[in-house]
Amino acid sequence: MSEILAKDKEIVVPGEDVATGLDYLPGHGTYRDGEKIVAARLGLLYVDGRALKIIPLSGQYMPKKGDTIIGKVVDVAFSGWRIETNSAYPAMLSLKDATSEFIQRGADLTRYYDIGDLVVANIVNVTSQKLVDVSMKGMGLRKIMGGRTIKVSPHKVPRIIGKQGSMVSMIKQYTGCRIIVGQNGIVWIMGPPEKEMVAVNTIRKIEEESHVSGLTERIKIYLEGLLGPAPQTGSNGNQDDQYEDGQESRHD
Amino acid sequence: MTYSKRFDGRKWDEMRPIEAKAGVIKRADGSAYFKIGDTIAYAAVYGPRNLYPKFLQDPEKGILRINYNMMPFSGSGDRVRPGGNRRSKEISMVIQNALQPVVDLAEFPNSVIDVFIELPQTDAGTRCAGICAASIALADAGISMKDMVAAISAGRVDDKIVVDLNYDEEAYDGPVADIPVAVMPRTGQISLLQMDGEIDKESLLKALQMAQKACQQINAIQRKALKDKYHNGDINE
Repeated sequence: MSEILAKDKEIVVPGEDVATGLDYLPGHGTYRDGEKIVAARLGLLYVDGRALKIIPLSGQYMPKKGDTIIGKVVDVAFSGWRIETNSAYPAMLSLKDATSEFIQRGADLTRYYDIGDLVVANIVNVTSQKLVDVSMKGMGLRKIMGGRTIKVSPHKVPRIIGKQGSMVSMIKQYTGCRIIVGQNGIVWIMGPPEKEMVAVNTIRKIEEESHVSGLTERIKIYLEGLLGPAPQTGSNGNQDDQYEDGQESRHD
Repeated sequence: MTYSKRFDGRKWDEMRPIEAKAGVIKRADGSAYFKIGDTIAYAAVYGPRNLYPKFLQDPEKGILRINYNMMPFSGSGDRVRPGGNRRSKEISMVIQNALQPVVDLAEFPNSVIDVFIELPQTDAGTRCAGICAASIALADAGISMKDMVAAISAGRVDDKIVVDLNYDEEAYDGPVADIPVAVMPRTGQISLLQMDGEIDKESLLKALQMAQKACQQINAIQRKALKDKYHNGDINE
């Protein structure tokens, strides 16, 4: 007789039995012990057909192939740059993935990216030893200058982006700031200082209230209270693209 | 004179009152507060993060590093000299060994998970309180774990078998055995077992049984602490 012992979307803690019987399959964040499926981390239980998985609520960023991140150049080597990724593992940006420009042999690499520069990059590979390779060839992948960055929990990134980027484009529209959300939990914001502050506070509010329903509506009211109705620009703010596969990535 | 009644009026198998809270230190990746009687432990977890010096790195799995520290004013009068000493170093090691079996470190090669355990106030049972706090903090940090770990001391004071000795009982003028026990509550496996003093076999088995029961109660408190952290408002999606 198979049975789920915890409720769907309920918080489970490590060592808690979530199901008995062989009809269910242990997914991410769970393991099987004999007849039982046991939670292996703190998070929300998510029942996906027969598979049971846990959506983490906390924890550090783990580099994942395909993620677009905001990183900081921490070292310049012969063959590329080392990028700090807001995780335990730094990433390598190799010469051939760095720009579409041709880089002469022996050229001074600091002309392209210097130590301390912020870059938007895409993770192309992660090995079992957690060696991370990033590329900067692609849409919207570039060095970023000015503005400010804040750190958010990487598990809240999908909420900040919203469905099809709805949340972040709303913030852009109201504040007129340029915003890039990296999946490693680094958010870059640039605009007039007071508007930047509004954007920062809004993102902090989303982070805190991300699990309460009706979030988008409340954020809209919050922004309108501070800034008045949204300017009718026709477009949704500007061309900065944020990385929108967040909704899906919550569940894998 | 025999020990006929506990100094603080508890039953023989009764623990001191426990309070636990998760997420008390904002800047840490995970943290916890654990109070049992007059012993208070804070635990903060940082990481997984880059490990230096490089020769400490293990390419097969991550490293769990525990730092146990009693604060200078934490004792019952005498100032504890700040910084590590032989005692704190050993306790850090035994706590690490007690937690290692549950933490899945294979996901984090070449990195370290740092756990800092601070004790602002102590009244015996500090390593057990430290383990309980560290276990909540590790779970709060989103680290993948097979189970939690709960710990309590058991033992005897004179001819009575008791659980959760306080300092007065440890210092009782007569035969005393103090046995800290750490248990993985799901399976009941023991991951820490030490003893100070002497005890006979039957009493030891009885003490362990009492400790097992107490650890199940502690685990319920640990779980509640973690769940309470997220229990404001309804959860959607």
